[in-house]
Amino acid sequence: MSITLDIRLKRANKVYHEGEVLAGVVVLASKEAVQHQGISLTMEGLVNLQLSSKSVGVFEAFYNSVKPIQLINSNIEVAKAGKIPGGKTEIPFEFPLTTKGNKVLYETYHGVFVNIQYVLRCDMRRSLLAKDLSRTFEFMVHCQPQKAKLVPTPVDFTITPETLQNVQERSLLPRFLIRGHLNATNCVITEPLTGELMVENSQVPIKSIELQLVRVETCGCAEGYARDATEIQNIQIAEGDICHGLSIPIYMVFPRLFTCPTLETTNFKVEVEVNIVIVLHDDHLITENFPLKLCRV
Amino acid sequence: MAAVQWRSRERRYQAELQASRPDGGPLGAADPHPLKPITVRDVDLLTVTDAKPRRGTRKGSTSSSSSSSSSAAPDPLSSMLDGTDPLSMFAAASVGEPPGLAHSSSAGDVGRRRKEEEAVGADFEPWAAKRGEILARFTTTEKLSINLFMGTDKGKAPSPGSSAVSEKVRTRLEELDDQEEGSQRELLNLSQQEYANRIEELNQSLKEAWATDQKVKALKIVIQCSKLLSDTSVIQFYPSKFVLITDILDTFGCLVYDRIWTMCSADPQTLPDSFTAADVNDTAKETCLNWFFKIASIRELIPRLYVEAAILKCNRFLNKTGIQETLPRLTAMIRGIGDPLVAVYARAYLCRVGMEVAPQLKESLNRNFFDLLSAFRQIHGDSVQNQLVLQHVEIPEYLTLYSPAIHWILQCVAYRAPDPLLTEMMERCKKLGNNALLLNSVMWAFRAEFVAARATDFIGMIKDCDEAGFPKHLLFGSLGRSLACADPPEAERLSILNEAWKVITKIRSPQDYIHCVEIWVEFTCRHFTKREVNTVLADIIKHLTPDRAFEDAYPQLQSVIRKILTYFHDFSVLFSMERFLPFLDMFQKDSVRVEVCRTIMEVFIKHQLEPTRDPVILNALLHICKAIHDSVNALTLEDEKRSLSLLISGFIRMVWFGRDFEQQLSFCVEARATFCNLEPVLVQLIHTVNQLAMETRRMMRGNHSRKTAAFVRACAAYSFITIPSLSSIFCRLSLYLLSGQVALANQCLSQADAFFKAAVSLLPEVPRSISVDGKLRSSEGLLLDFINNFFAMLLVVPDHPEHGVLYLVRGVLNMVQDYTWEDNGDAKVKVYISALPLLAAMSQETYLYSIPKVDSNETLYGGDPKFLTEINKLCETLIGQVLDYLKALGREEQTVRRQGPLAFALFSCLLAHGDLRNNKLNQLAINLWNLNHKHGCSDTRTSVRTLEYIKQQAQQPGMAHIADMVQRLTLQSRT
Repeated sequence: MSITLDIRLKRANKVYHEGEVLAGVVVLASKEAVQHQGISLTMEGLVNLQLSSKSVGVFEAFYNSVKPIQLINSNIEVAKAGKIPGGKTEIPFEFPLTTKGNKVLYETYHGVFVNIQYVLRCDMRRSLLAKDLSRTFEFMVHCQPQKAKLVPTPVDFTITPETLQNVQERSLLPRFLIRGHLNATNCVITEPLTGELMVENSQVPIKSIELQLVRVETCGCAEGYARDATEIQNIQIAEGDICHGLSIPIYMVFPRLFTCPTLETTNFKVEVEVNIVIVLHDDHLITENFPLKLCRV
Repeated sequence: MAAVQWRSRERRYQAELQASRPDGGPLGAADPHPLKPITVRDVDLLTVTDAKPRRGTRKGSTSSSSSSSSSAAPDPLSSMLDGTDPLSMFAAASVGEPPGLAHSSSAGDVGRRRKEEEAVGADFEPWAAKRGEILARFTTTEKLSINLFMGTDKGKAPSPGSSAVSEKVRTRLEELDDQEEGSQRELLNLSQQEYANRIEELNQSLKEAWATDQKVKALKIVIQCSKLLSDTSVIQFYPSKFVLITDILDTFGCLVYDRIWTMCSADPQTLPDSFTAADVNDTAKETCLNWFFKIASIRELIPRLYVEAAILKCNRFLNKTGIQETLPRLTAMIRGIGDPLVAVYARAYLCRVGMEVAPQLKESLNRNFFDLLSAFRQIHGDSVQNQLVLQHVEIPEYLTLYSPAIHWILQCVAYRAPDPLLTEMMERCKKLGNNALLLNSVMWAFRAEFVAARATDFIGMIKDCDEAGFPKHLLFGSLGRSLACADPPEAERLSILNEAWKVITKIRSPQDYIHCVEIWVEFTCRHFTKREVNTVLADIIKHLTPDRAFEDAYPQLQSVIRKILTYFHDFSVLFSMERFLPFLDMFQKDSVRVEVCRTIMEVFIKHQLEPTRDPVILNALLHICKAIHDSVNALTLEDEKRSLSLLISGFIRMVWFGRDFEQQLSFCVEARATFCNLEPVLVQLIHTVNQLAMETRRMMRGNHSRKTAAFVRACAAYSFITIPSLSSIFCRLSLYLLSGQVALANQCLSQADAFFKAAVSLLPEVPRSISVDGKLRSSEGLLLDFINNFFAMLLVVPDHPEHGVLYLVRGVLNMVQDYTWEDNGDAKVKVYISALPLLAAMSQETYLYSIPKVDSNETLYGGDPKFLTEINKLCETLIGQVLDYLKALGREEQTVRRQGPLAFALFSCLLAHGDLRNNKLNQLAINLWNLNHKHGCSDTRTSVRTLEYIKQQAQQPGMAHIADMVQRLTLQSRT
């Protein structure tokens, strides 16, 4: 006697905003009728913080503060104890997405040290002889659009051996001149990062130019904090010795789930940066860093 | 035996002929001829009762009067062929789709694709056409080098560079293997074909992965494949590699598109072709979006670019402007590709997808081209040079690798583009240094008319090009291609040809030379006379003769011949070109030579309408036909021989020397010597000579002079000695008969005698079965036909003075008697019965027909009673034989049934030809009638009709005796 439990939301993209109602059905399928002690749905939103291994030793003091932060937790009963007939049964439900008190629903985000996740869980309790059944289902939350008008703040950049920091032997560097601009550093998360880049000249042929999207996650509180930068994705925009004097486009789509609007709370921060990485044929690596501010409009 | 006495009935042929015509005249004009085509009158009734089916009206109106408004009924066949027939439509449709996809796409999908092609138009050369060309062109050389690594050809030591290349091929294939978990690694160096097979395998595993819902694996395969495109090792192979891999990308694009299409609604058919994003449901959109997000996060530039381009069409599901926005972005993205070759092919792919999905978006096509121009200097950059040195590739060869891609891009750009745009593009190309590569593509891809109108300019530009760069013969080749399709201004033609030829003739490599010339021959033939063409031919001979270079250029040389033949149908002009025959002499490989000769002969037969006696033509064609003939050997297939003979016969039929009969005959003699191995040709020759003899007779109005008499005898002699060399016995027999008739008509009595004697003495050799179309058939029917034919002729053949009476007839009958007939057939008796009418006709005072100026037996014997007695005796013997045979049949249970028909045949013969006033003969007839009815197997209808005929005959004057006979003929009662 097998029974399967499933949750289906009406929205195909599973994206909801605060104050909206999650509507959908619980789908039960079994060959025979099934006895149960009640079916309930739980909605839960959690922020999970994790300390990177290198930070753990240093910040043992506030170890306790790194416990999950609950954003939302509510429960409704879908069906009272009873019997479900054989075949496929769909039980519709509606679940309002509202918080208690003054808590804010942060946007869904899957990172390395910070995770913001929202799930619906459906539980079917059964008699002692049969196991309880449970099914979890993740849905996305997008935060409310920003009210204030977005200022794109474009930025121009020029990269030459002289502009570089952190160089051991400046005299060994080949000559090069790279100019470019980003159309905005205040980016809308649904729009791609755009700009242009032009290699005006370069003594050594270029091997590759990449855009590295980096997340900077900060966990901590007043006592101290851990700040870690990790790569989200790396997009190659030029391969090989590209034509000098011809501008190439900078273009990157922000991946869903792995990026969220720049977030700053008392316990943690999530920020995003982009690195323009130029690899020369002699394996010199030139990196130019740009902090970004992401928002949703 | 002596019981039978034969008397022939006296016949008055003229009277009988008159009597047999009921209305006295020839066929009435009003009578509908049974073979006259049926014309249907459009009866006015039709318009009134329109609903009636057409059949009803036709029934009443099959009258032959075509005077009224007789519009022929619409021919169902021709109406079918109206417009495009379904087959060619299908063919046209299937060209557009990559072959690998044909089976994976649903029927609805095919329909959709066809719609889109209409937007592009049929005059746009589809990618599928180029595909094979590229694969063929960029494989051959490469395959050789790969074969080298395979170790099959140990004779050549692999150069260090190529072994390095093989190393790369290997690692590349290992990469291919890597992405399939658990698959075996092949460490072999693959040849081109194997490489292609591997890619095809990947294509299959992509489909498989897709079908089993492993979308991630499918995507991985596609990414891995497109990654191969960033690798330019074995650079000569790059264009082919591009073709193979973009096939996979196309497959992938279709799979994704079809999948999302099916998600759009429960029943995909409900979604119209012109759907918009609003018609698409959320699930489909979400899936589509997912694909784009996934692809946007591909790390490497080239796979990301290609895969996104592959699913470009899916943008339709998301929003209206998606494609419009994506195309320019992808175009700009290509700027990031450093290697110019990789970049240009990526552009070609983007243009191809763009043309397919949104042909109206010209802007990004142009953008692609201009970007290409701005990055053009990369081609001569250091990184490229270093790579070429490493791979041992020369610059000219390297540059040709670009051609397919640039051709394609320019073709897309130039398609239905206004002239000013084309002019602008040309100007831009001109400004760039070393623009031969671009120039070549411009000439290739722009409208032929556009190029032709500026041909002189182009020649100037070509001349200015750098010698070390792009091969000039290719440039001239491209120009020639355009000029072959469109005509340049009349005044410039000669100078164009001169200028072009100045360069072409300097091309050193015979291969390059002939490739170029092959194209230019068309232009020359189209606009100039034999003088220029002759010069061209002379030039070709000069270039290709050293070192027997022509041996490697047969296909091109054949093409040259074909082109000349397309434009020169007058063979006297053709053969008056001094260099034409020497040109033909270059085809020294037998198979090619014969093929060329055949081509020439086919054109000759098709276009030579008048018979000719031009010695130039005859000599040349005889030479060509001899080449055809000499190619026949023991291994030649029957069909092949037949078609070759047909060609030669066609030639012989076209030879006519008019009144110069002697020469015609001597031509035939020569032809016989030349074509002795092809029997159908010999048959044709015999017919020609016979025709010649009859023509001579016509010319002399039947009265031969001494000279012409000698000539027709010579003709007869020709036939007589030619016929025995034929192997088919029936062919020989009928030719003997025919030639005998011709000889007789020309009063050559002894020759005719010889022919007939030869025929008679050939009879015993006739085999009992012959093979017809590979099956063994009994020859009996044919033999009977021939003998009957022969008998008809024998009526007018006068007896030879030295031989006895009826020498030939007796001869035939003796042969018939000795011939081994089939065991249970009645053929022998049938011959006897059919000899009776002949003998009866011979005993008439005036014969049914005669040959002018030849005295038949009627005149020779003048009704001599001795002669008649001789005939009657012979008849009696024959009848006796038949009766004996009938008796013998009656004895056996199985054969009794065969008695009836034979008895009836003899009865009919007696009735028609015997004098039934003779009692014995009369009694015999009645007996035969009864014998026929005895076994109850006679055909009652025939019997009734025969009786009616006899009754009718009985009313004729002098036939009263038959009336009595009718009384005694009883019909069998039907029980």
